[in-house]
Amino acid sequence: MSAVFVWIDQFKGKALNASWEALAVGRTVANAWGVPLTAVVFGQGIENVVTLSFHYGADKVVKCEDATLADYRLEPYAALLGKVVGDAKAVIGGGSTRGRELIAAVSADLNGALLSDVTELSADGGKLNATRPVFAGKVLSTVAPSGDGSVFITTRSRAFAPLTPDASRAGEVESVAPVLSEGQISTKIEGFEETKGTVNLSDAAIIISGGRGVGSPEGFAPVRELADVLGGAVGASRAAVDAGWIPYPHQVGQTGKVVSPNLYVAAGLSGSIQHQAGMRTSKVIVAINKDPDAPIFKLAQYGIVGDLFKELPAIAAVFREKLGK
Amino acid sequence: MNIVVFTKSTPDTAAKVEVDGGGKVTWGNAQLVLNPWDEYSVTESVLLKDAHKVNTTAFAIGDEIHNDALKQALAIGMDNAIRIWDAGMSGQDSLGFAKSAAAAVKKLGDVGLVIFGKEFVDVGTDAQVYQLARLLGCTAIGAVSKIVAVDFNAKTIKVERMVEEGKQTLTAPLPAVISVLKDINEPKSPSFIGIRKASKAVIPVWSSADLGLGEAASGAAAKVSTVAYRNLPVRAGQVEIIEGGSERERAEKLVNKLLEEKVI
Repeated sequence: MSAVFVWIDQFKGKALNASWEALAVGRTVANAWGVPLTAVVFGQGIENVVTLSFHYGADKVVKCEDATLADYRLEPYAALLGKVVGDAKAVIGGGSTRGRELIAAVSADLNGALLSDVTELSADGGKLNATRPVFAGKVLSTVAPSGDGSVFITTRSRAFAPLTPDASRAGEVESVAPVLSEGQISTKIEGFEETKGTVNLSDAAIIISGGRGVGSPEGFAPVRELADVLGGAVGASRAAVDAGWIPYPHQVGQTGKVVSPNLYVAAGLSGSIQHQAGMRTSKVIVAINKDPDAPIFKLAQYGIVGDLFKELPAIAAVFREKLGK
Repeated sequence: MNIVVFTKSTPDTAAKVEVDGGGKVTWGNAQLVLNPWDEYSVTESVLLKDAHKVNTTAFAIGDEIHNDALKQALAIGMDNAIRIWDAGMSGQDSLGFAKSAAAAVKKLGDVGLVIFGKEFVDVGTDAQVYQLARLLGCTAIGAVSKIVAVDFNAKTIKVERMVEEGKQTLTAPLPAVISVLKDINEPKSPSFIGIRKASKAVIPVWSSADLGLGEAASGAAAKVSTVAYRNLPVRAGQVEIIEGGSERERAEKLVNKLLEEKVI
């Protein structure tokens, strides 16, 4: 029987949240079609990810543990995923860098329909309809697969909630062999420099961002302090990145990351259209700015007209007391 | 050896884009610009042209509005620009785009490197990068923040790419399809000579018949169709400005509200 497959993106034996979000979407589709939901896990040291895949909704897991798959590379992953899913009805991946490229690549290999970067999905009556943002998030489009072939889907990070894990769930694990040997893989990984700290913006539930108003690299200290107190990530406007105050991986906006946290605090940040393109879908937006006419106040739910160097430390202090940190 | 960039015209970043009463996406009188991420791909191709003996070609797939982007690519310093279009391509999906792009790369011939910006902001996809690479049977490397080394004779490339957890260094054989991020370079502005060249340029158009595509990349053959466009839901309510005599007082009020919202 044909199944719905979800590829589980993991790094060093830990799955990305985006994968559990994709698994929840897979569950919806599999239920609507009355077919099983299979999670697909590649890598090394993935036992825990396999177990958790059941907890987060999979009926079955297909896994491949092999040295050639230890670190993600598109070539061996795409060759194997294409073989595993065959003529599947649907193949889904989370909205990570790896997920977006792998699912798109396999959709081309198998000549399927691709619904990418989806923020809403319905499978009512078994028919798929997806919402995806276009024009830098200024407009939404509804898209649907045209034929009966395989459908490939990538979800936007944090657009869907993972299922509540159920530790009693388990199922069949099928082990498969890799398709390509190391000699057949032309891409080689020469090095990896892991980012320290809390940069993973696309996965973050809380983001504290600084803009031109922080004024210097040192000016990010109160931004970082509040992020640390709340366990959040640090973001930045393009102006702050271009000024060299903070590295590019922190940039939120049209030429940076697109984020969707529960709480987005914009400090000393005017909220240009280019910045809004990256954070407009945040659940609650707080603006702190000296200029009461800054455009960010039009988007924000709460605002403080004031100096970020005084307001942010005060907010951090109150949170520290209330949260007992 | 050719380096190829696929680009397109997109509404200016500041444009108010909305869906009109007829369900069409409009951006009023706002001007069209080079897709913002393509400032980096076009610049990178010109930097590589200056450093290596290679020829650079900008392609756009779409109607005549995309001549703007192609002329901008010429003005910045690319050698050639070619538009790919016929009416039958209207409504093609990302895979249709990739099929057209693959046929164009093959027709041009001797392509060592295809460079995309991270994504096309109008359709909001980067899928075409990976789909094109697979159709061409070559390596795809997305999110490249630096080309460490490229050797068009030995046909190798070494790049750094950004993933969620950090920076990965990879080597791969050419030809390759890559997408580049903002960190890769400082975008070049059009030069005076470039602007003159672009203003005089007549951009050739390749049709699906020229590319030997048949129906494969047509809108009619698209596997995904856009059913409708709609405007964003209006964000509820106006901003609530937190007042108070001191930052401590404002902080307490704000924190209480955020705890009530259960976003912490």
